[in-house]
Amino acid sequence: MLFRLFRKALAHRIALALCLPFLIPTVGRAQEKPYFVTYSHDLEEPGNLEIETKTALARPAGGDHYGATAMELEYGTRAWWTTELYLDGQTTPQDSTLFTGFRVENRLRPLMREHAINPVLYIEYENTSGADKTILEVTGHDGQAGLAESNGQSRREHQHEAELKLILSSNLKAWNISENFISEKDLSHAPWEFGYAVGVARPLRSAASSRECTFCAEKFIAGVEGYGGLGDTFSLTMRDTSHYLAPLIGWQLPKGVRLSFSPGFGLTETSLARVYRVGLAYEFEQFGNWFQGTKGGRE
Amino acid sequence: MRIAAGILAIALGATLAFAAVSSKRWEHVPPRDHAQANPLAGQPEATAAGALVYKEHCQQCHKANAQGDGRKRPSLRSERLRAASDGDIEWFLRQGDLSHGMPSWSSLPPAQRWQVVAYLKSIQ
Repeated sequence: MLFRLFRKALAHRIALALCLPFLIPTVGRAQEKPYFVTYSHDLEEPGNLEIETKTALARPAGGDHYGATAMELEYGTRAWWTTELYLDGQTTPQDSTLFTGFRVENRLRPLMREHAINPVLYIEYENTSGADKTILEVTGHDGQAGLAESNGQSRREHQHEAELKLILSSNLKAWNISENFISEKDLSHAPWEFGYAVGVARPLRSAASSRECTFCAEKFIAGVEGYGGLGDTFSLTMRDTSHYLAPLIGWQLPKGVRLSFSPGFGLTETSLARVYRVGLAYEFEQFGNWFQGTKGGRE
Repeated sequence: MRIAAGILAIALGATLAFAAVSSKRWEHVPPRDHAQANPLAGQPEATAAGALVYKEHCQQCHKANAQGDGRKRPSLRSERLRAASDGDIEWFLRQGDLSHGMPSWSSLPPAQRWQVVAYLKSIQ
């Protein structure tokens, strides 16, 4: 009985959190690609704070359905520097719901000009448990076997990891093409693990409409991303690695809300057969000014 | 005394040099970009669409009246903008000025950047 009441209260809080962006009267809007794993060189505008939830729904072979959510707080520290905090959680209906850890990352643009290929350096510290199933990247020999373990078993495993990514990204006409090279190291005695992510996206129409609209083609961005593991320093081979191909669609709603959806398909036996991802983002404009006694940009 | 005068002269010289460079922002624009004409010039719909794109992405810093905040966010109704060619402005939107807080808007499709250029020219 008590457990049911707790679950009901939790569901209400989640519903409130999801509705909150629609209740806050600002006009903030984001212009971002609907990638879930791949990063482009588009950084957060300086002073803006974007809150985004990225949920992965999947069922590993021999395991139960689960839903894993990463709440991402992304702040534009400078025009060339974005800082992010991720808070991860996971629920398995036949098992349990738990907080699975956090990540802190920074993305830095070393070149101040726009080039044909734009590099971004990505540095992350990750403190998560083995029950983290958000699949925000795939490295080494990650596979569905690790996702099939019960929460009670997997939560005992703690991961303190450092992750470096080289993000290369190009905006060609209305297209974005991004490639990420990932290297990850558990700070204990574990090998370096490698992975990749590539993505292509573009709006359905490149010119903006002359009237405000919600369902115009330019409000939708479509694309596809592929990602997977490339082995580790102990076994630098593609054997027993996971790879996914995932079409994407993003929809820019009024009042700064962005929805995105992506069904991902596993390409190897080690991969999950399917992983569905849903994203909901909201951007607070000039959040930094809220603490400086001015409300710049909110007129 | 001489040292103080020297420091003052260097500071004054640096300020004047910086001012000269600032006023010559468009000299950095490659000739090909500088010479580009707005393909959407003279189209009222493009100006109206540019106003909406401006509202979405630029207004938060440069304000609804495009006058900026008088401090770090400059006014977009200025002699500098009036002196710029369409190509100069499009180039600057695409490049941004990351070290001074202006993001690159290369993520916007080119058509939307030209729409913003049409709008900015219309308010000068």
